[in-house]
Parts: sequence; C-alpha cells; structure tokens
Amino acid sequence: MAAVRHVMEFERPIVELERQLEDLKRLDVSGQPGLAEEIAQLEAEIEMLKEALYSALTPWERVQIARHPERPKTQDYVEVLFTDVVELRGDRAYGDDEAMFAGLATIDGVRCVVLGHRKGKNTSENIRRNFGSPHPEGFRKARRAMLLAEKFHLPVVSFLDTAGAYPGIEAEERGQAWAIAECLETLAGLATPVVVVGIGEGGSGGALAIGFGDRLIMLENAYYSVISPEMCSLILFKDPQHAAETASALRLTAADLLDLGIADEVVEEPLGGAHRDPAPVFARVEDAIVRALRELAKVPADELVGRRQERLAAIGRAAVRE
Amino acid sequence: MPISDWFKAREQRKYTVVSPGAAAELPDGVWLKCAGCKHTVYRGDFEKNLNVCPHCGHHAEMPAPARVRALADEGTFEEMDSGLTSTDPLRFTAAKPYAATLDLARETTGLAEAVVTGRALLDGHPVVLGAMDFRFIGASMGTAVGEKVARAFDRAREESRAVVFVTASGGARMQEGMLSLMQMAKTAATVRRLSDTGLPYVAVLANPTYGGVTASFPVLADVIFAEPGAMIGFAGPKLVEETTRQSLPKGFQTAESLVKHGFVDAVVPRTEMKAAVGRVLDYLCAPEVHPAAEGAACPVPGGEGS
Repeated sequence: MAAVRHVMEFERPIVELERQLEDLKRLDVSGQPGLAEEIAQLEAEIEMLKEALYSALTPWERVQIARHPERPKTQDYVEVLFTDVVELRGDRAYGDDEAMFAGLATIDGVRCVVLGHRKGKNTSENIRRNFGSPHPEGFRKARRAMLLAEKFHLPVVSFLDTAGAYPGIEAEERGQAWAIAECLETLAGLATPVVVVGIGEGGSGGALAIGFGDRLIMLENAYYSVISPEMCSLILFKDPQHAAETASALRLTAADLLDLGIADEVVEEPLGGAHRDPAPVFARVEDAIVRALRELAKVPADELVGRRQERLAAIGRAAVRE
Repeated sequence: MPISDWFKAREQRKYTVVSPGAAAELPDGVWLKCAGCKHTVYRGDFEKNLNVCPHCGHHAEMPAPARVRALADEGTFEEMDSGLTSTDPLRFTAAKPYAATLDLARETTGLAEAVVTGRALLDGHPVVLGAMDFRFIGASMGTAVGEKVARAFDRAREESRAVVFVTASGGARMQEGMLSLMQMAKTAATVRRLSDTGLPYVAVLANPTYGGVTASFPVLADVIFAEPGAMIGFAGPKLVEETTRQSLPKGFQTAESLVKHGFVDAVVPRTEMKAAVGRVLDYLCAPEVHPAAEGAACPVPGGEGS
C-alpha cells in the first residue's frame, strides 16, 4: 500500500493519530514495558476509527475522494488494463486537446476504441491537460474516435474523470455547446457497444459528452452530477459553503445512480478510496469492462442502438405526471 | 391549463395603471419601461410588436404561449402534453424545497412546466412547435421538460411534421440531479431520430440560452436562427470571467458574435422570425422530393396529412 501524500480534511483525525503512532514506534520499546501494549492499543484504535469513518462516508466526502490527486487516472487504467495502445490525436479541425484521451487499445483480447478525460499527475501534466477539462477540440476528437469505432465495428470504452467542460473564452468561441451536443447525438445512435466507467469526477455536460451508452460502471467513490456541489450551493445559497448539503441533495454518488437506474454496476474500492490500494481496483474494473463487452458483443448493432435509445427515453418518465 | 384558457384568462385580466419607471417589464399595467433604452412604452404597442421595444428594438423576454402564438398560423396551434409536470423525484431540498419552487413557478406562470409544445401550421407547413418559458425556474430542463421535448420530436416524426423550437434556458434543472443531465442525451437522441427520417428542424435561440440546454437539442437543428442581442453559450459569462480572470471580448456570446464564429445561421428580429422560418421550411419541406429521398420529406402544405 503506497504512502498517501494528500490528506483530505475529514481524514485529519486519523492522520494525527497515525503520526502519534509513528512517534511511539520510534521510542525504545525495551526500556518501557507498557509501550508495546500502548502501541498495539493505538493501532487497534486507528483501525476502528478508519472503519467507522470510511464505511460511512458522506456524499461530500466521496466527492473529495473522487477528486483526490493521487486517485488512479484514465492514463493508469489505459496502461494497466489495456495493451498495444495506439493514441489518436487531433480533431481534424483545429487542434489536439490533451484533456481528452482517444486511442485504439486491447483489453483481454478485445480490440476497442478507448476514450477518457485526462487529468495530470503533477502540475506540468495538469497544465498541459488543462486539469482534465476539455475544450471543444477534445469533444470533437472524441466524436471522431466514436465514428471510427462504429466504422470498424470496435466497441467503445470510455473513462469519466472531469470537473467539467472548460468554461473559457476560446472554448465558448469555438462552440463548446455545439461540440458536446454533437457527441451526445453521435453516442445516441452509435451502432457499436459503448461501455462507460466513472472513475473519478463526472462533471456535468463535459462528462456526459462521453458518458452514456449501453453500460455505466461506477467506482464506489466516483460521482456523476448535473452541477458541482459548490456551484449548486453558490446558486441556491448565494455562497459555496453549503457544498456538503448540496452534495447530498444532488444524489450524485455511485449508489444513488444505481438507485436512479442510471448506473448498472458499482465497483467496490478499498477502505478510504482507490488511491490507498489501486491494484484490486484495476482488477475489478477490468473484470467489469470485460464482462460488459462480452455481453454486449452478443447483441446485434441495431438492437443495441434501439435498446440504448429506449433506455434513454425512459429516464425520468417515472418522475413526471400528466 | 389548456393554452386556449390561458389566452382567455389573459384577455380578461384587468390592467392596472402603474407609475412609469417603477420596474422594467412589469407583469401587468398600461405602461412599461424598456430595459434597453428606458423609454416608457404603452403596453399595447409593446405587445403588438412582440415584446420588442418600438424605440430601440430591444427584445424583451417573451412567455412561451405568446411565442407560440407569434409563430403559428392563426388558430392552428393545438397544445400537447399541457399538464405534464415534474414530481420532484429526488425530494430535493437545499435552501428551500424544490416542491415549493415548482408550486410558485406554476402559480406565477399559469403553466405546468417550462416548455409549451403543440401541433400547428407555420406558413401552411405542418409543424410541431415548441417554446421555452424563462419565467418557469429559468426554463431549466428537468424530467418533464425533457419528456415534453422528446415527445415533441417523436410526434413530429410519427406525423411527418417539421420541428420549430424556440429556446431560452439557464440550463439543466439542478434540483432533479442526474435525471436532468440525462435529458440532454435523451433529447439529443430524439433529434437524431427525426433527422434520420429527413424531416427538417429549425431552432430559434432566444435570450438567454445556456448550459446543458444549449449543449443538447437546440444546437442540433438543421438551421439555427437567433434573436438580436440574445446571449447564448455553454458556461455563463460570469463563470468564464471568474475562471479565466480575463476580461471578456466585446459582444462575447451574443447572437451576433455566434454568427461571426460560425455557429448560428442568422440573427433575425422577432417580428421577422416567422417569415424567416417559413422561408426555410418552404425549401426543406419542398414538394419536389428527389427520388432517393422519397417517403422521407414532410408533407406539402394543404396536401396529405396536413
């Protein structure tokens, strides 16, 4: 288990106790008979506290885990789960947006088109990748890759991890809304299987542009929301301080999405989040993707599109009355 | 309430005299003050001019029923799904209960939801006509708006009608969470299905059209018109300014700049909009169907199915 550098606010009590434990361990045990016992007791206490804290995470705490800088990113999933990766770059209209990954890759012997929002692992990567918030070029590149998948009968596997489409001047001037809408229209009728995996942040339209299909697999601490909790708080309370409250109200967790019939499957994470022990998470995500691809491969393409559209059409129907 | 009753109620409303300059765009009263030029305008003149200031041409907000009336051939509009409304699926409460927000919106607008849809003729062309009403929670798109929009496109497809949609919206309705976000995909899917049958779709973007609504069904139209001065975009200008810490270029996100950047076909004054849309439909619903597209085009005005 790797040492975690970034500590989230709600974890501070545990980190404080862990520090005390380290201090105790540095003392000479032989000189003080009660010390070993004290250490064991503190260790047990920390474990209990962790169990209590991490097994009852609030939606707002999960949002913070979803945003954790050390959380596995799209590039990690591509590197660990896939082989023979060929990156596809550029939207053939303006440029290449590094905030969006597109490529050809193989998982468990299945050739796919892989899409994903790409956050960086450090500051320089994040600057190049605009912290995972795409411009229109990113969405147009993704759409190009979707059409390529359809043309060559390759399934699409898409990883969601973005705070949202970038709200910039140039992004607006180059048609952010148009680029997203075209992705939606394309995905809605794409005659090839589409498997979506929510691995971190699912920020609004920028996530949705590559974020729906035939299966939605959500990591336990990933979120997917119409608006960020902070922005929702800003609009409803006129300040961003009520984010914990709006995070609950928005029903944005993986479990909520399963309840709402939007997600199909939730992948369990280790206590405290995927960044604390990524290996089992990679294995479970791989299993979920491979299972989904196998099931969907049996469905004829036109039936697949029909089912996808029926499913979309049904979303929200139970929430309206005539 | 069916739209015919709304018009009746509206006609029977007693107008009251209010002092000019009290507030811009007053809901009732004989005199209004234009938000553009601050001129005092006689309400009757203002409404006859489709809520466009006769002095400066400022396009004021327009309720959906009035929009529909301005575009449909007289007496042809037949509303669909008028009672369809959201039921607060998430039991959303933050600052105040969403249920209360919904009740207030219904009360103040007399509408069940933020969009009005129906069958109509437009310059003789059979269409499904839709208009969003910004007074209703910023015409945000939740499950009911999404369902009404989707049904509008589906009906058009089933009945071989063109679609004409006037949009104005703050975006997806956050009080319905992910169910709202998914309406973007749901409505985009129905546009695609209509498009696949070869039926035309003309969008009219009005002030303001933003967020998850812009990035779904409105911008997927075959032809896109916008009203003068309308603000249209994905992210709101304030958010863009705060995120980038740059001052926004002149005309940023206006209809006029969107024409310049290639995202809108033309800026058309409201008083000329019906004629402009009609001209496009004359072309796209042309009676001379190319053999390759036979059985796909919408019917000829006055012909079969109209």
